[in-house]
Amino acid sequence: MRILVCVKRVPAPGARINVTADGQTVDAAHLGFTTSPHEECAVEEAVQLTEAHGGEVTVMTLGPAAAEEQLRYAASVGAHHFVLIPIDDVDWDPQRTATALAEAISAVEETDGAFDLILFGNESADAGGFQVGVRVANHLDRPIVNGIKGIEVPADGAGDVVSARREIDGGFEVYNVPMPAVLGVKEGINLPRYPTMKGRLASKKAVVDTNERTVEAGGQVRLRLHRPEEQISETIILGTGPEAASAVVDLLEELGVLA
Amino acid sequence: MSLLVICDHDRGALSDASLEALTFGRPLAAAAGLEMAAVVIGEGADAAAAGLGAHGAATVHVASHPLLTDFGPEAWGETVVQLVRSAGATAVLACGTDRGNEVVAQVAARLDQPFVANCRSVDPTGDGSGNWTMTRVQWGGSLLEDVTLTAEVRLVTVAHHAVEGVVAEAPAAGTVAPFAPELDDVLARTVVADRVVLTRGITLSSAPVVVGGGRGVGSAEAFAPLEELAAELGGVVGCSRAVTNNGWRPHSDQVGQTGTRIAPEIYIASGISGAIQHWVGAMAAKNILAINTDQEANMVTRAGHAVIGDLHQVIPAITEEVRRRRG
Repeated sequence: MRILVCVKRVPAPGARINVTADGQTVDAAHLGFTTSPHEECAVEEAVQLTEAHGGEVTVMTLGPAAAEEQLRYAASVGAHHFVLIPIDDVDWDPQRTATALAEAISAVEETDGAFDLILFGNESADAGGFQVGVRVANHLDRPIVNGIKGIEVPADGAGDVVSARREIDGGFEVYNVPMPAVLGVKEGINLPRYPTMKGRLASKKAVVDTNERTVEAGGQVRLRLHRPEEQISETIILGTGPEAASAVVDLLEELGVLA
Repeated sequence: MSLLVICDHDRGALSDASLEALTFGRPLAAAAGLEMAAVVIGEGADAAAAGLGAHGAATVHVASHPLLTDFGPEAWGETVVQLVRSAGATAVLACGTDRGNEVVAQVAARLDQPFVANCRSVDPTGDGSGNWTMTRVQWGGSLLEDVTLTAEVRLVTVAHHAVEGVVAEAPAAGTVAPFAPELDDVLARTVVADRVVLTRGITLSSAPVVVGGGRGVGSAEAFAPLEELAAELGGVVGCSRAVTNNGWRPHSDQVGQTGTRIAPEIYIASGISGAIQHWVGAMAAKNILAINTDQEANMVTRAGHAVIGDLHQVIPAITEEVRRRRG
């Protein structure tokens, strides 16, 4: 089967994020970058599906030239083809991003054939717009379901229905979506593998296709990024070691959770 | 002209998230000079519609169609699109849950309009030229973004837990208006085909007490005392991303930006350093008690209460003390 995964280069989660003086983007000076976590799992899922059913994985990203690093990382864990839609260092808005991706996907499909499955992360770790996958699916006139933490495809791998599981409070929903389909996946669908030495070497030779797109900006315009006011809380130390248990249970009683 | 609030419900019982959207929507509609309307979709919608006047909805659209018996993002999105057109709504609001954001994204894609997700505040007077301005959440809440929105139909979600859902000071009419969308059969392709219930009762996102464990717990087996304390307090166990990455707990237990957002009465965070990605999932907790050997850990400095010590000794001592007081 032919699978496409769309990924985004983001600052490594967990780092303290600072903003440039003009408020237009994050200050990358001291940041490590990575593939947005949901999307790292999407790449892993695609590689596992092609290992089980045959086929090839293409990974596409819209980002600065440096996002080639994330495509090469995908190569090191088993993806086969790579497309970069280059932009400058400031994010494109979600509408503009989605239109560029949809156009690039159509262009790739025209020459190489349609993808059976397109995977997105549920949302990017940084901007968190929660919409690019849905817009792309709509552009391509394909079904999409978000929040997916389990994917099963029929044994022959193509031309049929993909069964997708979405986690909800206390259980999951099952969707049976006809392919070609688009799914927004979440971290937890798998544990992504680490690159092997062989994979790392292969990634150096991977060919990255550049697919330039000119698209008008959408209706959401960034004024500035800023950090929220720090929640300053005076921490009350209830004690040290197991002797603090009594003070803890006093607190639980006070909050009414002991009833 | 109206602000249409999408209300989610479980077999007729309105979700807390919907009440947040309505609470956020009331002053927004007033400031924008719009009437606030609500839409409830699918089986049980009638029951959910009944209480919406008390939450400030002047009109309550009840959408029904054979395809709408269970959730389907495309069918729900298309329903809202048709209602926007027939009711003349100029703005749509939902709570930024996974489902809320997905449905509004569907509406945005179909109308080819921008969509600003997870806002903390919205100013409809905006830049003075008809555009709205808003502050939205990035990085799950550790960074904020001010944006302007230029659109024919304004599509917005409010960040979950940004406001607490309360009833309106002055109730509105809540006039129920049935709505029958015309839906293509093809949209059945993304309607829930089956549901599997894994846990009945308390879940991570609804538990009044969450006992969390991080890397400091040390192993899958070492979570047993946390399970014991959680059971004693009628709560559940949560964990950090380091724990799920080590395979000690399933991902469904993960609290954080890429896991579950919790909002318990108290979160007992033990052996968790408090990386920003974990913090944003825990910050809606009403109280936080950190248990850590490191007094300088982020979780300790941000918590309202802390115990400095080894969780392997402190947690069993708390369980024992709870049992002792209960006799």
